Amino acid sequence: MSEIDTNLLENKLPGFAEEFAKEILQVEDYRGDLSIVVRPDCIRKLVMGLKQKFGFEVLMDLFAMDYLKWDPPTPERFAVIYNFYSLSKKRRVRLKVFLNEEKPEIDSAHDLYASANWFEREAWDLFGINFKGHPHLKRILCHDDFEGHPLRKDYPSDGYQRLKSAIPAAGI
Amino acid sequence: MTQEKSLTKPAVLTPEEAEVRNVAFTTRLEDFINWSRKNSLWPLPFGTACCAIEYMSVVSSHYDISRFGAEVVRFSPRQSDCILVLGTVVEKMGPILRQIYDQMLEPKWVIAVGVCASSGGFYRAYHVLQGIDQIVPVDVYVPGCPPTPEGIIYGMMKLQEKISKGGIVRERDRHKLTGK
Repeated sequence: MSEIDTNLLENKLPGFAEEFAKEILQVEDYRGDLSIVVRPDCIRKLVMGLKQKFGFEVLMDLFAMDYLKWDPPTPERFAVIYNFYSLSKKRRVRLKVFLNEEKPEIDSAHDLYASANWFEREAWDLFGINFKGHPHLKRILCHDDFEGHPLRKDYPSDGYQRLKSAIPAAGI
Repeated sequence: MTQEKSLTKPAVLTPEEAEVRNVAFTTRLEDFINWSRKNSLWPLPFGTACCAIEYMSVVSSHYDISRFGAEVVRFSPRQSDCILVLGTVVEKMGPILRQIYDQMLEPKWVIAVGVCASSGGFYRAYHVLQGIDQIVPVDVYVPGCPPTPEGIIYGMMKLQEKISKGGIVRERDRHKLTGK
């Protein structure tokens, strides 16, 4: 893991490096897009800090990634990525946490950002990321009879599943 | 020769017969009903993807589906007799399509427009119904991704052909679930 570029972070997000020195694992600036890889255990503290102290009012998106057989290998298989946007500062930042394969779980942010509620359900539905403390963690896109998590890389690409209740009782 | 001819056609018509032939013609009831049905289809567009955009141009003035008597588009299953499934139908959408089909009154027909509705198309994936014929009985399949407006019109003409060939009573029974 590369060293943390504190200058870059200080330029883009003054005070962030100081405030969360222990949580930051990696900082990346790809064509002006700031990404910060952080530890998963204190994600609520970080998200709340970004909202209250750094003025990121909007959680634009929250999604998961499956880095199975990724080259170069990532520290863990799954990642959850938070995209924040600050309306007042016109600035974006991306938080990324890696979660392990056996038990991909992280604290829910539904009470900090209302938009996180459905995003987390989507990440649960498609990747099987467990968001601890989510009030209604059930499938949002796939039908209720669905088994497994279809956007995982080890899910078969043609793994089509019938919705049992869709079949009319008497044929056709 | 003259005898044979007289068997099928009277050589001389009575004045009454001649008058009737001038003002009326005879046909079978079945043909007459089918003729009226096929020239007055009331389509219900079940539009879920780009095929629905093509259908918009089919009903608009340029391609003008009203030449075939099917321009009165209704968005209520109670007022329509021909459902056009225009686009991708995902597994979760299946029961909704089935319910709309069930709400339509007899006689009713189904056209699967485009490859997604016909077979799932290139969505050989976890979420897309591999052809709507798993949910509803389909009369005409229109290929294409999306089909051209001419293709959709051709599909409508094929349906008209099918309607004119079918019987009225049998057509109604066709939709009854036989429980086979």
